[in-house]
Amino acid sequence: MKLCRVLGPVVSTAKHPTYVGRKLLVVQPVDDRGGDLGSSFLAVDDVQAGVGDLVLVMQEGNGVRQLLKMGSQVPIRSLIVGIVDQVTVQQP
Amino acid sequence: MNLGRVIGTVVATRKYEGLEGVKFLLIQPLDHGQKKVGDPIVAADTVQAGPGELIYYVNSREAALALDPFFVPVDAAIVGIVDAVSTKDADAEPASRHFATSAPVKGVQP
Repeated sequence: MKLCRVLGPVVSTAKHPTYVGRKLLVVQPVDDRGGDLGSSFLAVDDVQAGVGDLVLVMQEGNGVRQLLKMGSQVPIRSLIVGIVDQVTVQQP
Repeated sequence: MNLGRVIGTVVATRKYEGLEGVKFLLIQPLDHGQKKVGDPIVAADTVQAGPGELIYYVNSREAALALDPFFVPVDAAIVGIVDAVSTKDADAEPASRHFATSAPVKGVQP
């Protein structure tokens, strides 16, 4: 799973039927100090995350299918599964 | 899933069984600021997107699951046309506010 910060929502009208009614957010992966790491991507939100929240994103299709319980034919790969309150990094 | 821009069409007459009637488009992956990320890729289209449109796509094994039949050799599929992306409020709350450091614990290797 990846630690990401939520950048904002993506609005779309024409979409695949499995995405209907699901909130899609742009997320930015972050490193162990909260700085940006790599480029942003999209994730479906299952925990009512908001802009600026630090979240846990799962990027594995089989796990997503098991969580969403929508059958075996779900073209969703990234799912926000948790809102992080705090990360404590031990100094080396 | 990622954002992308449709930059062209791909026509293939001979295709793998199960891909008859599937439209292929050339897309340029983008980040939230619409900056290019990597090289253009070919993606199957499920939402009747057109050249120039901002879209999002799913890659890897899940791409084929957007199609019917789904046991086909496809690793990128366009699953939505973007109306709007709003990310302007995000930088007001940097992620670093959630991070803290602790003193090293004796005898524990990090």
